[in-house]
Amino acid sequence: MFMSNPFAELSASIPTIVMQGYIVLMVLLVMGGTILDMMHKKSAQYFFENAKKAQKSAKRSVSAGEKASIAATVLVNEILTSGEFNNTRRRLSHLLTMWGTIIFIVTTAIMIFGYPTPATPTPALLPQLWHIGALMLAVGGYWFWLFIRVDVSAEGLPWFRFERADLFILSLLATSTFALIWSFTGGGLTLFFALFVLSSTVLFGGVYFSKFAHMFFKPAAAFQKRVTHADGSRENLPAEYDLTDPAVHAKFPDIPEYMGKNPAYMGLGIKRESAKHY
Amino acid sequence: MPTFVYMTRCDGCGQCVDICPSDIMHIDKTLRRAYNIEPSMCWECYSCVKACPHHAIDVRGYADFAPLGHSVRVDRDEEKGTIAWRIKFRNGKKDMELLAPITTKPWGTAIPQLANEPAPSKEMRNSELLFNEPKYVRMDGGDLHTLESNGLKLKAGVYY
Repeated sequence: MFMSNPFAELSASIPTIVMQGYIVLMVLLVMGGTILDMMHKKSAQYFFENAKKAQKSAKRSVSAGEKASIAATVLVNEILTSGEFNNTRRRLSHLLTMWGTIIFIVTTAIMIFGYPTPATPTPALLPQLWHIGALMLAVGGYWFWLFIRVDVSAEGLPWFRFERADLFILSLLATSTFALIWSFTGGGLTLFFALFVLSSTVLFGGVYFSKFAHMFFKPAAAFQKRVTHADGSRENLPAEYDLTDPAVHAKFPDIPEYMGKNPAYMGLGIKRESAKHY
Repeated sequence: MPTFVYMTRCDGCGQCVDICPSDIMHIDKTLRRAYNIEPSMCWECYSCVKACPHHAIDVRGYADFAPLGHSVRVDRDEEKGTIAWRIKFRNGKKDMELLAPITTKPWGTAIPQLANEPAPSKEMRNSELLFNEPKYVRMDGGDLHTLESNGLKLKAGVYY
C-alpha cells in the first residue's frame, strides 16, 4: 500500500477527469473562501491601515534592499520553520502539520494530474511521500489536538470538547486519518474513501468558516512586524536596550545602581517551567 | 485600564489564560485567539501584558485621563531582568520611555532561607516593619516617613 498510487487504482471506478475536476474545484473553493474571509473580517483593510499608521511613527525609512532582506528572513524564519512560535512543542507540532499538509496536498495533485491511471506508472517516491505527508499531518495534528491545543493546555477543557474554531484542525485530522485508512485498507470505492472526500471537502470548502486562510495572512503580518522593528516604530513598544551601554546607564541610573554596569544573564524567569494548574 | 488583545498579533498560546489572576483572559470560541471576557473585572495587574510573548495585549486607558489614541506599551525581558515601558501621548509629541530592573540576581538563585535566620527579637515583633523591609524600601538612611515626621496631621472628615 505504501508504495502504490491509490488514485491510479481508483481510476477504474471514477473517471480521471472527475478526480482532476475535484482538485480544481477545491482550489477555487480555497481562493473564494479566502477572498470572502478577507472581505468579511476586513483583514486586508486593517493590515494596510495599520501599516500606514506604523509608517507615521517610523524613525527612519527602510530601503528596498532592507525590505528584500527582511522578506528573506521571514521566508526562512517564519514561513519555512514557523519561528514565530514561542513554545517549542507548538512549533514542532506546527512544523509537522504544515509540512505534512503541503507534502500530502502537492503529491495528491501530482499523482492525480501526472499519473492518474495504472497505464502511467507512478514513481515509487510519490506514493511514499503521500503516505509520509499524511502521517506527519496526523502525528502533528493529534499531538496538537490532544495535548498542545490551548483549550486543553490552558483552559483545562477535555480533549473531546470542540467548537467552530476547531473546524480547521478537525477537518485536517479527518482528511489525513481517512486517507491513510483508505489506502491501508486497499483503496477503491469504499466507505473510507467517501469519508476522505467528505472531510477534504469540509477542509477546503470551509475556509470562510475556519482558520484555513491564516497561512496566507501570517507571512504578511510577520513581514510587517519585522519592518516596524527595522524602521524604529516597533508597534509603539519600548526600545531594546543594551544594559552595558553607558548612554543607557546615564538615561536610566537605576540600572547600574541595582544591577551593576555589566548585569548578569538572569535566566528564563517564568518561562523556566510551564503552568501546571490543571 | 483594562486589557485588550490585538487579535492579529495573538497566536492563541494561552500564556495570558494561565497567568490571569482574575481568570478573565480566555480563548475566543470562533477565532481561537485570547480576549478579555470581562474588562470591568480586570484589576489592571498587567500580568497578561507582560507575559504575552507576542506583545499582543495592550491596555486601554480610561477616557477621563487618557483619551483614545494614546499608547502604553510594556516589554518585560526576563533574561535581561528588566522591564521597559513606553508611554506615547495621542498628540504624538510626548513619547516617554522608562527602564527599570525587575531582579538583581538570576531567577531562582536568591530564595530567602528563613529557617537559617535567627528568631525575631521582641523589638522586631513589635515593629511595624516586615522582615528585611527597611533594607529594600528605604529611600534614605533616616527613620520611617510618617505624618508626624513630615509635619502633617490627619484631619477628620473629607477634605481637599
